[in-house]
Amino acid sequence: MNITLSITKNIHNWLFSIMPEGIASIAEMVLIAVVYLAIFAVAGLYLVLLERKVAAWFQLRIGPNRVGYWGLLQTMADALKLVSKELTGTVKADKFLYNLAPYFVIVTALMALAVFPFTQEFQAFDINIGVLFLLAISSIGVIGILLGGWSSNNKFALIGAMRSGVQTISYELSVGLSILTMVLISGSLQLSEIVEVQKNGWLIVQGHIPAVIAFMIFMIAGTAETNRAPFDLVEAESELGAGFHTEYSGMKFAYFFLAEFINMFIIAAIGTTLFFGGWLSPFGITESIPWLGVFWFVGKTLILVFLMMWFRWTFPRLRIDQLLTLEWKYLLPLNLLNIVLMALIVWLNLTIQF
Amino acid sequence: MERIIFYILALIIIFFAIASVSSKKMLRSVVYLLFVLCGISGLYFLIDYNFLAAIQLTVYAGGVIVLLIFSVMLVHHIEMELELAKVSKRILIAVASLLGLGVFLTTIYSYEFIVVENSITTTTEDIGFGLLSYEAGGFILPFEVISILLLASMIGAIIIAKGTKITNKNNDSL
Repeated sequence: MNITLSITKNIHNWLFSIMPEGIASIAEMVLIAVVYLAIFAVAGLYLVLLERKVAAWFQLRIGPNRVGYWGLLQTMADALKLVSKELTGTVKADKFLYNLAPYFVIVTALMALAVFPFTQEFQAFDINIGVLFLLAISSIGVIGILLGGWSSNNKFALIGAMRSGVQTISYELSVGLSILTMVLISGSLQLSEIVEVQKNGWLIVQGHIPAVIAFMIFMIAGTAETNRAPFDLVEAESELGAGFHTEYSGMKFAYFFLAEFINMFIIAAIGTTLFFGGWLSPFGITESIPWLGVFWFVGKTLILVFLMMWFRWTFPRLRIDQLLTLEWKYLLPLNLLNIVLMALIVWLNLTIQF
Repeated sequence: MERIIFYILALIIIFFAIASVSSKKMLRSVVYLLFVLCGISGLYFLIDYNFLAAIQLTVYAGGVIVLLIFSVMLVHHIEMELELAKVSKRILIAVASLLGLGVFLTTIYSYEFIVVENSITTTTEDIGFGLLSYEAGGFILPFEVISILLLASMIGAIIIAKGTKITNKNNDSL
């Protein structure tokens, strides 16, 4: 086991000074897990608020503005309400799987967060196959949706789950291949090293044409993988009720809901790390102050999140055949060509380096 | 600590493997199988073989299990339960399993395992070079053979999926 927990050296040293090694490392892991949970539960709630504010802005409304200043506490209040709500269930559901499904979704979403380098120091798990780990984890999340849809014993939920399965499996290919295109140019799967490479210019500049194509494909496929509009056939309200989580209520519904927003954050964070230099500042303007990396990372990620929300309120929903045609007839061939193009550019040394 | 994690993982694997074969509900056994596969990938993580662990998660947990769940969802209603096999069959299977277990245990206990002290993490780069090298110890031939196998199975899948259309056309032209 070679876990590099490099969040803050001081806490690390302090823990190891007061406890024996084994207990200290367990205590450290638990501490980091709790910190991540706390940060991202709150961050997820604020993403929900952001979505509502953006939606309101696009529709010329004000949005939530009653709870707290400028509605800032609205989603906190919503979360409290969801915690206190009754957990309903159907009698003829498969109880075990029905209760298990939300945890699949939320656990995989939170696990993926561990590998992101928020700054040089702030990274929980710097694994040498970071990108592959992200893909592996995200491929498990869909199981939760499938199980939830099937075990609620509800036709709408089942149809929603089937659609989700088809959609996620198809678009995973595009996400994977567009990430692979960027791995070609960065030459590493480790996220911290991918950021290191970008000190000579962000990868979207280094790889110019194929990188821009890869970024576009990544954003489209990423939006589809998180089941967000315009690819939200999974929970198309007008057709399926609430889709796969029709039968869920209270906190279990909140897990699905939170996971969707955390997944959106993850897609944006992958985009930031692979294309826009992660925690690196533009032109290295704050290179002397390393902790500002968090600011740059979160800033870039939020811009990409905003882009995904922009999609949501701009495009109408696709039909299922249009969705599959887009993936298998357009994105996938384009992606394969793009990989060859990127390989050529890396081979002939045509990348732009500063 | 590694020992404790190993035993926890081993317990998880054994418990869910038994649960998987003894559950009467089909989708539940698929989910138990998923836990077994996740436990195995945990073992790979434990011996620092990250690449294989991630591949295990992607291919088995993310690919095979999702396909299994799909096929179960398509054919299986939620209230259906699997039937118990006949007594004679059960005895036969028990004997066969015990035989297999015996072979495994004798092999494991008669082989002297060498404890390797070094803990070198195999990087993806090494694996890539290994797969593409055509010198001694390289794996270029199996790599290419597998790619042909994959192509063949893909074509086969397309033929099966489009079966009637293609064969009908051929019959017409003949």
